[in-house]
Amino acid sequence: MALLQIDNLTVEFETATGWFKAVDGVSLSVEKGEVLAIVGESGSGKSVAMLAVMGLLPWTAKITADRMLFEGRDIQGISPADRRKLIGKDIAMIFQEPIASLNPCFTVGFQIEEVLRIHLGLDKKARRARAIELFKQVGLPNPEERLNHFPHQMSGGQCQRVMIAIAIACNPKLLIADEPTTALDVTIQKQILDLIMSLQAKNGMGLIMITHDMGVVAETADRVVVQYKGRKMEEADVLSLFESPKSNYTKALLAALPENATGDRLTTVSAFFDGNPEPAPEARA
Amino acid sequence: MADAIIDKASSGTQEPVSSSAMRRQMLKEFWFYFSENRGAVIGLFVFLLLVLVAVFAPLIAPHSPFEQYRDAVLVPPIWTEDGRAGYLLGTDPVGRDILSRLIYGAQYSLFIGVFVTTLSLTGGILVGLIAGYYRGWIDTVIMRLMDIILAFPSLLLALVLVAILGPSLTNGMIAIALTLQPHFVRLTRAAVMAEKTRDYVTAARLAGAGPLRLMFRTILPNCTAPLIVQATLSFSNAILDAAALGFLGMGAQPPAPEWGTMLAEAREFILRAWWVVTFPGLAILITVLAINLMGDGLRDALDPKLKRS
Amino acid sequence: MNDTLTDNTMLEVRDIKRDYELPGSLFKPKKIIHAVKGVSFKLERGKTLAIVGESGCGKSTLARMLTFIDEPTSGDLLIDGQKVDTRPGHLTQEMRQKVQIVFQNPYGSLNPRQKIGDVLGEPLAINTSMPAGERRDRATEMLKKVGLGPEHYNRYPHMFSGGQRQRIAIARALMMNPKLLVLDEPVSALDLSVQAQVLNLLADLQDEFGLTYVFISHDLSVVRYIADEVMVMYFGEAVEYGTRDEVFSDPKHEYTRTLFAATPRADIESIRARIAKKKAATAA
Repeated sequence: MALLQIDNLTVEFETATGWFKAVDGVSLSVEKGEVLAIVGESGSGKSVAMLAVMGLLPWTAKITADRMLFEGRDIQGISPADRRKLIGKDIAMIFQEPIASLNPCFTVGFQIEEVLRIHLGLDKKARRARAIELFKQVGLPNPEERLNHFPHQMSGGQCQRVMIAIAIACNPKLLIADEPTTALDVTIQKQILDLIMSLQAKNGMGLIMITHDMGVVAETADRVVVQYKGRKMEEADVLSLFESPKSNYTKALLAALPENATGDRLTTVSAFFDGNPEPAPEARA
Repeated sequence: MADAIIDKASSGTQEPVSSSAMRRQMLKEFWFYFSENRGAVIGLFVFLLLVLVAVFAPLIAPHSPFEQYRDAVLVPPIWTEDGRAGYLLGTDPVGRDILSRLIYGAQYSLFIGVFVTTLSLTGGILVGLIAGYYRGWIDTVIMRLMDIILAFPSLLLALVLVAILGPSLTNGMIAIALTLQPHFVRLTRAAVMAEKTRDYVTAARLAGAGPLRLMFRTILPNCTAPLIVQATLSFSNAILDAAALGFLGMGAQPPAPEWGTMLAEAREFILRAWWVVTFPGLAILITVLAINLMGDGLRDALDPKLKRS
Repeated sequence: MNDTLTDNTMLEVRDIKRDYELPGSLFKPKKIIHAVKGVSFKLERGKTLAIVGESGCGKSTLARMLTFIDEPTSGDLLIDGQKVDTRPGHLTQEMRQKVQIVFQNPYGSLNPRQKIGDVLGEPLAINTSMPAGERRDRATEMLKKVGLGPEHYNRYPHMFSGGQRQRIAIARALMMNPKLLVLDEPVSALDLSVQAQVLNLLADLQDEFGLTYVFISHDLSVVRYIADEVMVMYFGEAVEYGTRDEVFSDPKHEYTRTLFAATPRADIESIRARIAKKKAATAA
């Protein structure tokens, strides 16, 4: 049984020019202990799909799906109270902007202990101990002292470590990382990716890595879903995706990487791909 | 050059888009966001109705606002037992038709709103632009001055000013404009400071634009959204304040059919003849409410638009 | 003119420094931050220098000094063999037109209330007495050069995608026929497919107009593709400076090596190696 299974998910928003399909009939699944990368450019609906799973979209969004199962349990018609019990505990998420994702009014210690109190009901002492342990796990130096810091006293990389600590506080079965390193410098990105991957391996979590960066995909994923304009263009394991991409869009994306440049001009997407989000027949399988 | 497929897809037609077509499209978009707020649409229609009433007052009003019908003093509205045909909302203590006076009063209210808002808006934008653009000691002096004006209760300040200048509608309006102005100064200054740090301002400066061009051509058009919203709110504030001044005998002078003045004249009849106070009061209430609702809708329609672009 | 023929240097920077003063308060003494600590380099006409570094390393401050937005605290700036008087008010119009900048964020660098045609025409309207019709022709021509069309002339920035906006920003920079273009992370806010198009456009324009580029970036793969010379900055200092091949094949400084090691690799061999390592770990 898949950890998370989504069949034919569609998310629509109403705009001035009519209904806009942000996600159009996407199906995907993640197994326990597996790293799935969802890769796509801006407007490909990669974040929206995951926010829909988490129930974090505004009420104006229209979400339809044939099936949305987490551990075999339906999470589509779930009550808000049950959803709150699930989210943050069994499914956790980390976001792109680490500093903006933390509440600037409270210390990071308060924010992590809040999660422990609500989901695990630990008492004060146990919370403190667990918070320190978590901070050690994510590699924050002087955890006891760090707990009393406010987000603005930390760098972006440290804030992202705190976010990760909060996300793994309740040993989630599934971690969704939405562009976790896009706002960070390369050297910090490396550290954060290494941290996420080692925690994933240790805890055996399912991990969904949402990213636009082919390099991040290559360094983390087991399996990859490529999305374009709300549609799934291709799904493959990471090696075959890079070795022999099936869809024209994936081919185009890989060719556009500067490191794959041949000659003095880059290959642009249009050389392979006509902009039509309809997946090629061979990619539908 | 390899052309952008994504670019092509979104550019659509290859025909040059004319300025008027562009404007139409932007208006359409504006209306979409404005009309999502039902209260705002209702407010807009009430306001348009008011404008029509004010413009065509001589045609609509059944009587002259000043003519005193001696045989019809304090006639109650038409739907009550003693109501008389021809005086739809009854008459006041000297026999003037209340409906006609209210219709002509709309002219006063709109004029007050337009005059006060224009005066405080232009003054506020000018001063705020200078404060926000130059900062430093100019900014400090201007802002402390505005703080002092804001520290007085606005009506009290207006009263003092009218007491100095002499009670008349014009002086009342100038006084109200002065008390409303600091809000525009602050808003403009905050918006200018935020916009000034953005790259497009730097780009314009690199192109060689001088301070005047930067202030009025580059920065100011991007600060309009909060100012428009504040202007609508000031419009209703001005009407309210003018009515209050009129009620205190410091604004429009009798026999002008200004709504606040009407209230003041009818003060002593509150217990005997409810209609002489109720209808002017309702007129003020409905007008102010309509304009405020409209302002809300404007904010919804203009603010996210700025963020998107 | 002889001077320019013998000497092919477009831009020379000598020991340029920039300090920021953080104003002190009642309890804090005044603090001086050295954003750029004495950087020197020379750049030949028609070449591209890439300046690499992470956030806060001073690369953007350097870009702002090269484009006269900020005044250097000390040091010399020579453009086209002429020493630039960077004091505010002393900059000649001619010098200002020689250097232009393209900003990182295409969403902030265009005036939301200005039509594209006016964005492009503005430098001409300010600096020349060109009639409106001619300005329009020049702007339309430039739009075509950057891969847009005359139909975009009357549109507003919010109707364009990020890549198109960056094309417009490039077009604006080119309106006054500059010789040196400072590109401050011009593609880092763009999607991969759009990034390739904009990089190609930059290469085409460099060939056509003989432009000299100072390309600021944090993305090593882009730098490797576009640069002739590379400078790595770290905490306000240039820790590595040389031709692209020198820097990439034999990095001298510790920090450069860390930077290279941290860059994600998308080639098949490294994916294979990673998967093999993972399999070994799970088996153990």
